[in-house]
Amino acid sequence: MHPLRIERLVYRWPGAERSTLGIGALSLASGESLFLYGPSGCGKSTLLSAIAGVVDVPKGVIHVADQDIGAVCGGTRDRFRVDHIGMIFQVFNLVPWLSALENVLLPCTFSQRRRARAGDNPARTARRLLDELGLSDPSLASKQAHELSVGQQQRVAAARALIGTPDLILADEPTSALDEATKAAFVDLLARECAEAGTALLFVSHDRSLERHFDRGVDFLALNGGAA
Amino acid sequence: MLGFSLRSLWNRRFVAGLTVLAISLSVALILGVERLRDGARDSFANSASGIDLIVAPRGNSVQILMATVFGVGGTGTGMTWDSFEWLEDRPEVAWAVPIQMGDNHRGYPVIGTDASYFEHFRHSGGQPLSLAAGTFFTGDMADAAVVGAEVAARFGYAPGAVIVNAHGSGEVSFDLHDDAPFTISGVLAPTGTAVDRMVFVTLEGFDTLHAQDDAPLADPLDPAAMPADGHGEDDAHDDHDAQDDHDVHDAHHDHEAHGDHEGTEAGHGHEPDRINAVYVGLIDRTNVLGLQRAVNERPSGALSAVLPAVALAELWGIAGTAERAMRLMAWAVALAGMIGMVVMLSATLDTRRREFAILRSVGATPARIFGLIVTEAAILSAAGLILGLVLLSVATFVTDPILSARFGLRLGLNVFGASELATLFVIFCAGLLASLVPAVRVYRMTLADGLSVRL
Repeated sequence: MHPLRIERLVYRWPGAERSTLGIGALSLASGESLFLYGPSGCGKSTLLSAIAGVVDVPKGVIHVADQDIGAVCGGTRDRFRVDHIGMIFQVFNLVPWLSALENVLLPCTFSQRRRARAGDNPARTARRLLDELGLSDPSLASKQAHELSVGQQQRVAAARALIGTPDLILADEPTSALDEATKAAFVDLLARECAEAGTALLFVSHDRSLERHFDRGVDFLALNGGAA
Repeated sequence: MLGFSLRSLWNRRFVAGLTVLAISLSVALILGVERLRDGARDSFANSASGIDLIVAPRGNSVQILMATVFGVGGTGTGMTWDSFEWLEDRPEVAWAVPIQMGDNHRGYPVIGTDASYFEHFRHSGGQPLSLAAGTFFTGDMADAAVVGAEVAARFGYAPGAVIVNAHGSGEVSFDLHDDAPFTISGVLAPTGTAVDRMVFVTLEGFDTLHAQDDAPLADPLDPAAMPADGHGEDDAHDDHDAQDDHDVHDAHHDHEAHGDHEGTEAGHGHEPDRINAVYVGLIDRTNVLGLQRAVNERPSGALSAVLPAVALAELWGIAGTAERAMRLMAWAVALAGMIGMVVMLSATLDTRRREFAILRSVGATPARIFGLIVTEAAILSAAGLILGLVLLSVATFVTDPILSARFGLRLGLNVFGASELATLFVIFCAGLLASLVPAVRVYRMTLADGLSVRL
């Protein structure tokens, strides 16, 4: 099973003159971490949206966990996404009116598969994840999300992406709001957790200094050569 | 979903609280207005309870009701004592109370009647009149008066006080009957009806005032009440002018009062020449229409028989505009509350876009986020309804004693009728319906935004 397999993906935003995406082939094995780098605004986020099934792609070009994303639609896609994909955004990953722990448990409330894979006691699993990500202080778990620092918020977001061991984690510049020291530690932790859980990680950033934490790195501009 | 919505609202508890307060106020107002209206109508309908028929010289039924029950205006020309006796002797009549009107005491209507009035009059759902102080007058107390609670309170009257009445119904009158003072024998307990504003004197006392007077003023607007009474009284008198009537009557009185009627009708010691109306109670109320027809068709006495309930309903219909205005106002407040909720839900949507994108990224479908907004609206509406009922109950509890004492309004405590439940249901549904506006916006927004989390 491939967590992610892309073949001959061409995507153009509705109304756009040129294709934003033109990717010949890209695939990830279980537990593999891929660093995808490139300048801002070159279509990296569009690629992640396409993989997450938020934009409509043709049939047969993107497979997540061997499921053709282009073949499912609407609410099914939303459910499929949470079952198989964990996501981390640049900033503001958390629902502000929920506690850190509740934010981590969100995928388990929307996905039976993630809940089932989070063990007998998802809350305990969530605490373990927070603990491993350096948020061991029990008072942090019950704090409201908006009371946490940005670095803490990103680690909570990582824990949320990891819970219930999805097949693939998509990370869209999650370190852009972090300072240098926190940045390296965060990426290191994330990559290690993914490897331990056997979850594939697609990490998108413009910051090449992070590349050393990953199994391999790909230049998005080179990959996206098919875009005309 | 419910827990989610609650948490989300709790996060915005200040604004949510204000919204709930606005809704609850409108709920309390709508139900309060409704209850006041029902209370007012009941109290209104009860202001003549126990009276099956009001017989008066021919005239408009609302006018007769206004004059007799509320002491406003007059019934025009008087009816003869013979008509009264005719009525009293009808087999279906259980009791008949004569009423004389046309005088005032410092602006308050003076009613001439006999002791049976206090026995038969009922108010506020069948309660008899009771005394706050003193005694009712009896047949042999010609110069006795009983005053209503408001009159007594306004002028500080107590039993033993001496009062003087004036002719006519105006507040200021120079035509004082100061040669014929009355001594107050009793003060009535408050009833919340027009009785509180009335002064009751005996028939004999009332007549003493009018020894030189003729019948009360006719209402020029009412042709039936124009001074044509002579035609109706041919059986008793010839066509005399009023002064002659008195003379004839005095002789008549001497013959009859000590003759055939004295023994059977001990209540009416004095038999006046003219009276203005008669309250009638029946042995069997189902005969009321038959008696009404008999009175209306009586060839010799231009009389009208008024069913109080029917006339009250007619009068209430006239007052209905104010009632509708009140209801309209209450619903307008409810509308404002609903708009407040929509504004609150809509205003936060833009700042919550990110929140919705996050929820979508963890698997919430747009339909689910739509549901989140509707659920929030449902919680706000339901909380508003409950708080509104609490407010209403507290307000009712606090004001009920005051309202019932001062206005005779009795609002039910904590009794939610079917129509109130229906009102609550309508408000709740309106809340849900109103929430569709922001919910549809959110639905479109989440579909368009996808997972992109923009600032």
